[in-house]
Amino acid sequence: MTPILQVEKVSKSFGGIVANSDISLRVNEGEIVGVIGPNGSGKTTLFNSIVGSHPVDSGSVRFEGAEISRLRVPQIARLGMLRTFQQTRIYGEMTCMDNMLISVPHRHESLFSILAGFPRETHDEAEELLDFVGLYAKRHLRAGELSFGQQKLLEFAMALMNRPKMLLLDEPTAGINPTLINGLLDRLNRANKQLGITLLVIEHNMRVIMNLAERIYCLAHGQLLAEGDPEAVRNDQRVIDAYLGGQ
Amino acid sequence: MSEATQTTGAAVKTRKSMGYLAILIVSVIAPLLFPAYQTQMAFLWIMVVLALTWDILGGQMGYNSFGNILFFGVGMYVTAVLQVGLFTDVTAYNAAKGGEVLDPTLGEYLLGLGVGLGIAAIAATACAAVFGFGMLGLRGHYFAIGTLGLGIAAGEIAAGWDYIGAGSGMVPPRFPGETGAREEFFYYLSFALAIVTFFALKRIYAGRFGLAINAIRDDEDKAEAMGIHTTRYKAVGWCIAAFFLGIAGGIVGNIVGFIAPRDVAFAGVTYGVWMVLMAILGGKGTLWGPVIGAAVFHITQELFWTYLLGWQRVALGLLIVVIVVFFPQGILGFLREKFPERFGYKVQPKEAGGSADPAEGGAR
Ligand SMILES: Nc1ncnc2c1ncn2[C@@H]1O[C@H](COP(=O)(O)OP(=O)(O)OP(=O)(O)O)[C@@H](O)[C@H]1O
Ligand SMILES: [Mg+2]
Repeated sequence: MTPILQVEKVSKSFGGIVANSDISLRVNEGEIVGVIGPNGSGKTTLFNSIVGSHPVDSGSVRFEGAEISRLRVPQIARLGMLRTFQQTRIYGEMTCMDNMLISVPHRHESLFSILAGFPRETHDEAEELLDFVGLYAKRHLRAGELSFGQQKLLEFAMALMNRPKMLLLDEPTAGINPTLINGLLDRLNRANKQLGITLLVIEHNMRVIMNLAERIYCLAHGQLLAEGDPEAVRNDQRVIDAYLGGQ
Repeated sequence: MSEATQTTGAAVKTRKSMGYLAILIVSVIAPLLFPAYQTQMAFLWIMVVLALTWDILGGQMGYNSFGNILFFGVGMYVTAVLQVGLFTDVTAYNAAKGGEVLDPTLGEYLLGLGVGLGIAAIAATACAAVFGFGMLGLRGHYFAIGTLGLGIAAGEIAAGWDYIGAGSGMVPPRFPGETGAREEFFYYLSFALAIVTFFALKRIYAGRFGLAINAIRDDEDKAEAMGIHTTRYKAVGWCIAAFFLGIAGGIVGNIVGFIAPRDVAFAGVTYGVWMVLMAILGGKGTLWGPVIGAAVFHITQELFWTYLLGWQRVALGLLIVVIVVFFPQGILGFLREKFPERFGYKVQPKEAGGSADPAEGGAR
């Protein structure tokens, strides 16, 4: 298996707080990998380090073999690695449809394409994806009027619209109505299997991540505590202690 | 269900075309019916252009710019310099302080004006590109503060530069033709500029450009995370504003007939402030808002001038306060909040017979 993402010994501190300390992980092409850990263990910071939101203190991040730890967020996004936000970010004043349309890939863009419209196929694709996440009927509503859970679904659909190679999802089921979680799990799996998108998922819901991920990394206090298949990680004494200690 | 939902798309389209046609007819006939007001009416269209172009960054993109007057002034000077420079020595012309009169034939005049406005548009756009890539890396308020200096600095430079008449200003060449022809000519030119600006913006707002700058307004971090070339879009937005503002400036120089560096060309406290107010009054971030705002503002202001002589500035100041306090969303923004369905924000499930199979979405 070829690795699509390789993180090696990445460290990041904020003042005195060591949020990430020598974290290494690798994600193979086509995999679904989970990241778990108690609150404040450094999961979101790790995502930020990977996608270039802040410069890392040390370590290396490679995407498809190329070093990306010096690149900026939009550049990394255009390479095909996208992230969603824990607090959910959508364009609130724009309609859901417009949110989708502007999420098209921006890899090749000339002055002419900037000033041009969207072809019919792009509209169709946007509608299909909104349908896929169950927001079709709301496509002409302002995205800011959606519920938090619906905004999460929209953000996920926007990410798919961008046709990424790899998607980093920060707690995709947080705030989603429990009855809808199975549906979302199914969609994540389909994005992975049918669209071939590699997934790295931060998740607090143990049931979700155990069902979804093929491998799991567990962080605690900024350090990598354990890794392995879901069963092994769940039964790892250090992981159990970290969660019990963190409560 | 609102009436709008029931109306078919075709009917809406016809109604819109009728609306445009009505505006066109009124605009073409008005200056013939009221020849005494041609200059005021020309200024109405100029105001529309000022408000529309300010709104590109200020409304659609959420970046308040207080420096757009720079492009207006640059356009004004460039046009005048070319109008003169194509036929005589600019330094000597300006040194004579209007004493040396240029009397072009109609053909020469149109040539000078055409070349002047064209180069003015290019020069203003170039200014925006240079300052844009330099300043638009700044976020929100920092950008706004940075732009404050642009117009002031430009005014000072112009006031000290002898080539363009320095502090005593510059007089564009005399319009050839009988009295009254000049006003009519510039009315229709201003009208044409407003129409072209409006439809150009209408078109690009509906495409990638419009949505990208809206995305920047709503959440710039998200826009970056989605791979949007944010700085490029921002700079292009400013360039488009500058392009039309440059032409507007060139026209205004000729309408006014005298270019003073601080009070006409780089007139930050008049045009520079008005363009912001008009967009806010009408509803920033909408296509029609700046148009409506410009019309209401300009007509109100003309009435103040006529009926409140001596107090017009005070009245204008109060108007500004009232706008900001009571219409923070502007006229159109207020209406949009009240009647969202009229503006197309509505739940719209799939019609029966459409593909309702949720499974097909994943296949694409
Ligand atoms: N920009 C920042 N400035 C200062 N400290 C930060 C910053 N971002 C994160 N931290 C700190 O780094 C640590 C790790 O935070 P992080 O958000 O990565 O945790 P997390 O694992 O995502 O937690 P949660 O499960 O609550 O989302 C925390 O102590 C946090 O306060
Ligand atoms: Mg987090």
